[in-house]
Amino acid sequence: MDVDFDVIVVGAGVAGCVAAHQLATAGRSVLLVERGAQVGDKALSGGVLYCRVMEQIFPGFLERAPVERAITRNCLSFMNSDSFVNIDYADDRLGAPVNAVSVLRAKLDAWLGEQCEAAGAMVMPGVLVDRLLLEGGRVLGVGAGEDELRCHVVVAADGVNSFVARDAGLRDPDPPRHLALGVKSVIALDRSTIEARFNLPAAGGAGGLAEGAAYAVVGDCTKGVGGGGFMYTNLESVSIGLVLRLDDLARSGETASDLHDRFLDHRRVAPFLEGGELLEYGAHLVAEGGAAMVRGLVAPGLVLVGEAAGLALNTGLTVRGMDLAAGSALAAAKCVDAALAAGDCSAAGLASYEAALRASFVGRDIETYRRAPAFLEGTRMFNDYGPLLADVFHGVYNLDLSPRRRLVKTARAAVKASPVRLVDLARDAWAAMRAL
Amino acid sequence: MRLGSIPERLSRDRHNLGAASHIEVDQAAARRLGAGPLLERICPAHVYTQGPDGAIRINWAACLECGTCLALAPPGVLTWRYPAGGAGIAYRHG
Ligand SMILES: Cc1cc2nc3c(=O)[nH]c(=O)nc-3n(C[C@H](O)[C@H](O)[C@H](O)COP(=O)(O)OP(=O)(O)OC[C@H]3O[C@@H](n4cnc5c(N)ncnc54)[C@H](O)[C@@H]3O)c2cc1C
Ligand code: SF4
Repeated sequence: MDVDFDVIVVGAGVAGCVAAHQLATAGRSVLLVERGAQVGDKALSGGVLYCRVMEQIFPGFLERAPVERAITRNCLSFMNSDSFVNIDYADDRLGAPVNAVSVLRAKLDAWLGEQCEAAGAMVMPGVLVDRLLLEGGRVLGVGAGEDELRCHVVVAADGVNSFVARDAGLRDPDPPRHLALGVKSVIALDRSTIEARFNLPAAGGAGGLAEGAAYAVVGDCTKGVGGGGFMYTNLESVSIGLVLRLDDLARSGETASDLHDRFLDHRRVAPFLEGGELLEYGAHLVAEGGAAMVRGLVAPGLVLVGEAAGLALNTGLTVRGMDLAAGSALAAAKCVDAALAAGDCSAAGLASYEAALRASFVGRDIETYRRAPAFLEGTRMFNDYGPLLADVFHGVYNLDLSPRRRLVKTARAAVKASPVRLVDLARDAWAAMRAL
Repeated sequence: MRLGSIPERLSRDRHNLGAASHIEVDQAAARRLGAGPLLERICPAHVYTQGPDGAIRINWAACLECGTCLALAPPGVLTWRYPAGGAGIAYRHG
């Protein structure tokens, strides 16, 4: 077959860049097409990258890549209308070795694009792939306006809305309950203010990187809409926003931007941001269906990676997509390279990708958390547990001269007063153990 | 911290203005299915506003390209594609 490139990668996000980099490094001729005017223009994430996999792909990643802070402090926050209960976990071990970093994707993706170029891939930004070239079900290349480019394998890395897979009839649109809208603001604050407000040690104990905090917020921050809030520290800004499950958002009658503003204005959140300046307001969808969304990974001449393949995980405590994007691209690149070497890029020739993905940390984690979406869909997690926890602590700390009760009794009274029944508590604890 | 109105916020974002709208609304279908209020609420950039005559106005240049409207609009109401290559939102931070 006469081709322009061995491989054409559609989309220069984390998944596309890793795939292009790996295949170019293996000596394949690679074209990486990106619709943004520059690589990184369209990228938006919450921003905590679990970075061990990046270190494997790009040795020295933490020193070379534009990362913001090493996350050594994680907070799980239950937000209620008039209380705020936090599980605050800071641990030096999270910085040695560094496990997670905050990133701003416009910068990170631009750097990843440069790595692809350095590895020999041809990077073509400003081009929207508007169709696959198909012949009898076999993908032969991509089309963009009047241009047609042919290749042995197309890697679809075009993200959560993947029109490439949709238009080729490989994936139906996902149902709204498997998708969430992220609405995010980036707010400038100076370095020392961030370190003081987020209780961060100033001298970097995390391999020389500045240390940072990540808040995952559940409860009233979404006014009952399934999802949650996040607040991550960058070097000189804070990334903050909400993730709102689409089915619930539609049903709720709430306005997405109002929910975002209400979260930032909450009296326990606003002080973190006081005096800051809005740098950017953005929005992006994120896949939340877990294992149920991962399908149609391979077709003749085509593989899907990253969120185009439905790969993302929300466990309530962590949102992960970037590391899964990188991991899936790593697995795909290996299998595409082998298929090219064998001269068989049919579905059978590429099928080893599915098994490789399943065996990788990506497939294993998706499997481990397969019950998380259903667990998080239960509304108690969002609506009832925060107030219950607050009532328990209120009973402990509110020394109002009434005789004290033992903690167990206080807790039991709080459960009694809450809509959560003891049997629910037991059932949810069991479900949480199985799901998370 | 002052967030400002949605148009004020969007004026801080970088946009490369495209030549033509990437969004079309079938006004008759939207009216029949009552899609206006839903689109107004769910779009984080307030791209859609319904006028007193029921017609939906589309401020497509403000679009953040998230895809929420496409995922939630009743079938037949929206034609939504990514803008042409190089056009649209261009995040500086992301
Ligand atoms: C609010 C929010 C918070 C999140 N928080 C986190 C987090 O803290 N940690 C984490 O790990 N993950 C998080 N995620 C998920 C994570 O951002 C994604 O899973 C990840 O970015 C997916 O990477 P990707 O490369 O598959 O797709 P994307 O990053 O979406 O990249 C797709 C690329 O393809 C390009 N493209 C699309 N269509 C075409 C086309 N037709 N032609 C040419 N180019 C095209 C796009 O412009 C884009 O550059 C979050 C997501 C959101 C929305
Ligand atoms: S894609 Fe997002 S920002 Fe653009 S119009 Fe639809 S909902 Fe609004």
